Amino acid sequence: MTSESPTQAPPLTRPSAELDHFAQLYRQMLLIRRVEEESARGYAEGKIGGFLHLYIGQEAVAAGALAALRPDDYVITTYRDHGIALAKGMPARALLAELFGKVTGCSRGLGGSMHMFDKEHHMLGGYGIVGGHIPLAAGVAFASKYREDGRVTLCFFGEGAVSIGGFHEGLSLAALWKLPIVFICENNEYSMGTPLSRSMSVEDVSLKALGYGMDRDRFFAEDVLEVERRIGEAVKRAREHSLPTLVEVRTYRFRGHSMSDPAKYRTQAELDEHKKRDPLHRARTAVLEQGFGDARMEALEKSVEAEVADAVKFANDSPEPTLAELEATTYSGPFAY
Amino acid sequence: MPTLRFREALREAMIEEMERDDRVFLMGEEVGFYQGAYKVSEGMLEKFGTKRVIDTPIAEAGFAGVGVGAAMVGLRPIVEFMTWNFSAVAFDQILNNAAKVRQMSGGQFDCPIVFRGPNASARQVGSQHSHAMEHFYAHVPGLKVVAPAFPADAKGLLKAAIRDDNPVLFMESETLYGVKGEVSDGDAVVELGKATIARPGTDVTIAAYSRMTHVALEAAAVLEKDGISAEVVDLRSLRPLDEGTLVASVERTHRMVVVHEGWPYGGVGAEIADRVQRLAFDALDAPILRVATLDVPMPYSAKLEAACIPQAERVVATVKRLMARGRA
Repeated sequence: MTSESPTQAPPLTRPSAELDHFAQLYRQMLLIRRVEEESARGYAEGKIGGFLHLYIGQEAVAAGALAALRPDDYVITTYRDHGIALAKGMPARALLAELFGKVTGCSRGLGGSMHMFDKEHHMLGGYGIVGGHIPLAAGVAFASKYREDGRVTLCFFGEGAVSIGGFHEGLSLAALWKLPIVFICENNEYSMGTPLSRSMSVEDVSLKALGYGMDRDRFFAEDVLEVERRIGEAVKRAREHSLPTLVEVRTYRFRGHSMSDPAKYRTQAELDEHKKRDPLHRARTAVLEQGFGDARMEALEKSVEAEVADAVKFANDSPEPTLAELEATTYSGPFAY
Repeated sequence: MPTLRFREALREAMIEEMERDDRVFLMGEEVGFYQGAYKVSEGMLEKFGTKRVIDTPIAEAGFAGVGVGAAMVGLRPIVEFMTWNFSAVAFDQILNNAAKVRQMSGGQFDCPIVFRGPNASARQVGSQHSHAMEHFYAHVPGLKVVAPAFPADAKGLLKAAIRDDNPVLFMESETLYGVKGEVSDGDAVVELGKATIARPGTDVTIAAYSRMTHVALEAAAVLEKDGISAEVVDLRSLRPLDEGTLVASVERTHRMVVVHEGWPYGGVGAEIADRVQRLAFDALDAPILRVATLDVPMPYSAKLEAACIPQAERVVATVKRLMARGRA
């Protein structure tokens, strides 16, 4: 370590491109937070049915990890998929319209909260069976290696998926075949209502990589830039050396598992402690401290509000799908009866 | 036309399609260096290399899922199950991912994949290795299910399955791999969803598929000696199901027996009985009867196994029961 002399103190502001990037990550996190808040409102108003798993509290994971990708890289995730889809480029309009069950939604109102697909942005969807998408992710990375297209796949899942077979078979094959993939375990401490200590014999999820001879990483997602940097290392390993990595990102959801969960299995003190370290507020404070300026911040936040308001209006005003959607989306070509 | 064994016809289909389209590859347990557990893929590793003939660990859920993921982004995998029995541990991948990804993505993603392998009983392999899995899968919208009986159809249908943009489940039979038949060496693709008349007849329709088509033909030969002319409809495809050919046959014969392996509760035979009675009620002179595997797990004992699986004698007896009822 070298000590810094006063004359060589770092500048108070980052170079503008870097700060603009940081501000964009903050904007991404804020957009996710606001869309999720509107989702909760839509659910309360009866506009959203079924299951709704909110991403509030985990925004730094999606924003940071997806910033480490090229636009043509692939992403696939579990049912807590809104934040990931937005960070991959899905318009808020398509996401909210899907939640509202409208034909203008990303999946034409047929998928719902748990199935956010966007082919144009290479968002390969959210999946509702825990761990079931992890072999799929390996298959997507397999295709990239087969075609030598230089793309990387990010596969997200919760720590609750680590106990099921799909996780192990997916990692085992990815390691065996040296696939260009990053497995990101978003460890939010509870698989539904069960804390890690009651669901896994070894609480360090990243250790599972050892048995597969896979590289691993493990860190807290409090600083979105740190998430981007650490995931970036794994993405680089995948892209340049076609090697998989298991990354355990420790995070925390501020809401229940789904809208029907009052989260009585944890204390208010625990929740308050995590909220004090809210990565969204941390990013906002840091962006301002680095000289972004109040006026620009206000404009940025207003633009998010406008985007969200527009998306909610779009979702409200859009038509519902008709029965005609069903057969054509079940089979490619004639219906096989 | 050259004469090929069933397994060679399958191999030719895969080789021709892999030569035609470099997105097609074969993946499964022992398909490469071992040359295939039942030698279906013999020689393919040498021809295409390890990039396109891929040995997998024993991880059906894993490699079935890998196939689905690869198909979603544009490859056209052929996934071999050493037997369809083992697809049970990959059931979630087929049911929840392969069959549903198109609909739950609003039509954005297709899943052009073929799952194939031997299905139903073999010889004394016991209860866990004798399942007729087509009944489970034909239930699922989003899937297609194919079960040929002859080498020419095996080749033509497999080529069609590989070119199809939907998940196609291709049911073979260990007991048919050695069966010989004439197979076109041209690009003879057989359209999915079309049944064929394996033997014309006038008194009763026997609907069957896969190995049971051969049992039905054996029964028809016996029945002919007793003066009963049985028409054998070889379904070839279970989903889509060619109800037009079934109805047309029943309109000629006025009686129907469905023969399949697998348990009688629900399943393909029940589906056919439902459709034919709905679509051709006035043509029927008697109830539609089914000959299925007995409603118990498959026993090991050779004698008991033979009693459980539909045999020609049971088909003959069932047809005679049906004829007697119609004439009474």
